[in-house]
Parts: sequence; structure tokens; C-alpha cells
Amino acid sequence: MLELKNISFTVKGGSRTKILDQISFAFQPGTLTVVTGPNGSGKSTLAQIIMGIKNPTKGQIFLNGKDITKDDITTRAKAGISFSFQQPVKFKGLTVYELLNIANGELFSPEEAGNILKQVGLEPTEYLSREINQKLSGGELKRIEIASVLARKDAKLLIFDEPEAGIDLWSFQDLTKLFQKIHRQHPDKSLIIISHQEKILKIADEIIVLEKGQIKSHGTPAEILAKIGEIK
Amino acid sequence: MNLTPEESHIFCTVANTPTDNNFTAPAGAYNFRVNGKSIGRHSTKNINIVPKPDNQGLDIFIAPNTKNETVHIPVAISATGLKETVYNDFHIGENAKVTIIAGCGIYNCGGADSVHDGIHRFYVAKNAKIKYIEKHYGFGQGRGGKILNPTTELHLADNSEAYLELEQIKGVDSTIRNTVADLSQNAKLIVKERLMTHGRQTAESIYDITLNGRNSTADLASRSVAQDYSSQTFKSILSATQKSRGHSECDAIIMDHAKVLAMPALDAKTKDAELIHEAAIGKLASDQLAKLMTLGLTRKQAESQIINGFLK
Repeated sequence: MLELKNISFTVKGGSRTKILDQISFAFQPGTLTVVTGPNGSGKSTLAQIIMGIKNPTKGQIFLNGKDITKDDITTRAKAGISFSFQQPVKFKGLTVYELLNIANGELFSPEEAGNILKQVGLEPTEYLSREINQKLSGGELKRIEIASVLARKDAKLLIFDEPEAGIDLWSFQDLTKLFQKIHRQHPDKSLIIISHQEKILKIADEIIVLEKGQIKSHGTPAEILAKIGEIK
Repeated sequence: MNLTPEESHIFCTVANTPTDNNFTAPAGAYNFRVNGKSIGRHSTKNINIVPKPDNQGLDIFIAPNTKNETVHIPVAISATGLKETVYNDFHIGENAKVTIIAGCGIYNCGGADSVHDGIHRFYVAKNAKIKYIEKHYGFGQGRGGKILNPTTELHLADNSEAYLELEQIKGVDSTIRNTVADLSQNAKLIVKERLMTHGRQTAESIYDITLNGRNSTADLASRSVAQDYSSQTFKSILSATQKSRGHSECDAIIMDHAKVLAMPALDAKTKDAELIHEAAIGKLASDQLAKLMTLGLTRKQAESQIINGFLK
């Protein structure tokens, strides 16, 4: 279980700005939680704080009862947290196959790596040997980014930061089906998805709505979507 | 002939020869040079290696229409204080297609500088194609410097092609690399340079490429990593006198207290020339480090992965 206790994150600007303000929440094991909210509400910052990419100004993070607040990204990754970046990262000289092997922690056979690519709608023969550089489209990079998270066999908590962003060639339906499949086939894994998309909100076990850095509400999709008036 | 472990390590590193201490001849033509002397030379039916007077280098004659043969001419220096200048001239016949593996390594455990200045001149005849691989490497704990100053001079006749892989692996204290090329009609030059400096090493890489032939093309891609207190200078001039296309790109990762100076230049002498240059110098990207760490690599492993990939 992942538990956040009074997480705050502030940045220095013209005036001190609170991005997150006293966030407390317990993510139950095996659940699919969607964090949503308007732009600037602190969703991505929260995801980055859980992964250790950003450090909270105040508060604590517990993973299965252990305080991981001061652990670095690597330690958290080894503890089973995995993260899909909103903006996929490009690498000169690194192929898709090599990235998947790094994620796996050992060599995949080309068939195994290919099966992961197929899950995100990419043809292995076309992509395994490709370099992860600017020659790939935004949509291709995004799918490779998601594949790198799927390749982490020991991950117990999978975080996807706006996975729909840039998925222009691959339908949302396929994306949501993929999340549902992971959720169904791996009851030991928890998913946290940062998203605006109603289709993704609807597959959640629980939705957290952030606004101005605070939890405005949380509940089941039916409860939350009813509240925000998006169910016709 | 026996090699010391260090000499064997050099040949293994710069010329992919077996790692055992005994000299093992590769297939094809070769000349292996150790401490100023040839320790093994072999010509083939199509490739004739002829020593120059005073042991100052080689003339390598590649017959017209030679196909898919390889020439190895690596150099090892394990004697501290040895300084040499070697001239190797390659005469490549029409329609030939060959791979040339050069490279030099210096092991210096003494107090005096060891220096190898290698001047390679290529005369590539019409329709011929060469792939030239040159790796430089240094090691040894002595105070003496490991210094390599290569000059590569290419004359590409009509419709000929040259593909160059130039790599400084590590351990070279000082280098000045000069590459000069002139291209005739429809000739094509591709250069891939990889350079790593660390400690207090200095490296200067200078290119002077002239597109003299109509529809000739040149593509120069240099990537380098400067670590510690090392310094690098990249200077290139891409000139065109005819309708032609040239592209050069220098991309450097700068770390620690290193310095990198990039001075690219384009010189179009006709409105029909299409010349492009791209240059970038930057530190290790924080998003790349973060991404690899989310996959379980330590920061150090992530840095190493990024650098190794970048220099691949």
C-alpha cells in the first residue's frame, strides 16, 4: 500500500507558490486510481513526488509501511514503483530493445521484447532496433515510453502521467483496454493514472480530484462523475 | 611473434584481434606495427603492402575491382618516450570496395611522452568505396603523456565513396586530429567521429572538407563527451564550389569542469550549394537520468549508459 501523509510542495516564484498543499491519501493494493483535475492542480507534481523525481517540501510517503520519503528514484524503482513520463524521453544511441532490456533488468529475447511492443500497438520488426530519437513521432515515443513500464516485471505500483497525451495514432480504446487488462490480469499490481480523459476515469476503482493543490473530492467513478456533472 | 599483454590488449581494443598474447593474423592483408617496427606483414593477391624507405610508413596498393577485402594496419606503442611519424598512403583502384582498419594504442608506464603522428593519405579512384575505421586508445600509469596526432587526407575521384569511423576511446592525453578531404563529381563522404576526454586531456578535431565536384555530398557527424577538467575544440569548414550538399553536426556532452569550443563554418562559393550545420553543447540531460533511474539504474549507471549510447 502507498500512503501519502500531509504532502506539500512549494516553489519559489514572485511569491511563494503552493503546488501541493497537505495531500494525504492511502492507495489500496491492487486498485486502479485515476488522479484528475484542471491544469495546474498539481497532478503531475504528485506523481513525480511518488516516484522521487521531485522531493516534497513537507510530508511523508510510506510504501508498505516503510518511510520512503528520502529514498532516491533508483531505490523506489527497486522497491517496485514504475513511472511513465508525460513527455517521453529521447536518447541518442539507445535502441528500443536496449531500453526494454534495461527496464527488465536482464536480457529479453527478441520475442519477449516484441510481445511487449505488440501490447502498445507497435510492430516489433519495425521498432526493436530503432533508436529512441527525434526521428520517431510523438505517438511512437509515447507508446515506447508505456512499453518501458510494462517491461518492468517486478513493478508493483505503475504510475502513468497523462498516458493519453500524444497517443494520436493509437486509439484511446486500445489504451484503456490495456490498462483494464493489466488491472484484471495482475491483481497484485496497483495503477495510478494521471488523466483528464473520461474514458480512463470510467475504468478507475477510485478517482481523486485535485484542485489548487488539494484533494477536492475522491470516490468511485459514478460518484465523482455525477458530482462534476459529466454523466449525461 | 609474442606480444606483451599490454600490446595484445591494444590490438584487441583498436583492431578487434584476439586477446591472447600471441600474434594472431587476421584474414586479408595486414601490417601490425609495434614500437616502430613491423611485427607481421601480409599482402594478398589484390592488396600489396610495400614499406617506405627508412621504415617511415607504407604504400598500400589496392587493385581495381577488389571486392570486400580487409586491410589491418594497427599500431601499438608500449615503449615510453618513443616518438614516431608514420606516413601511410592508400592507392585504391577503380571499382574496389574495401575495409581498412587502422587505429593506435599507447601504453605508457614511464616518465617520458610517447607520441604517434600518423598521416594517412587516401587516393580513391573512380567508383571505389572504402570503409575506414580508426580507434585511438591510451592507458598506463606513467607520468609520460600518451599523445596521438592523426592526419587523414582524402582525395575522392568521381563516383567514389568513403565512410570513416573515427573514435577516441579514452586515455589519450593530447590529440590534434586533422581531416582534409576533396570530393569530385558524385563523390560521397560520410564521417562519424566519437571522442571521449577525461582528466586533464586536450583534444582538437579539425575538418576541412571541400565539395569540388558536381552533386558531391558530405555528411560529418561528431559526438563527444568531455569529463573532469578536459578540454575539446572542434573546428570544421565545409566548402562548396559546385552544386553539392554538405551537412555537419557536432554534438557534445560537457561534464564536471570540462570545456568545449565548437567553431563550425560553412563556405558556399556558388548559389547551388546546400550546406547545413548543427551544433549543440550541453550537460547530461536530467530527464534522461531520471528516466533510466526509474528503470532501476543508479545515477552512475544511468550516466554511463547515456554516455556509452551517445558515443556508440
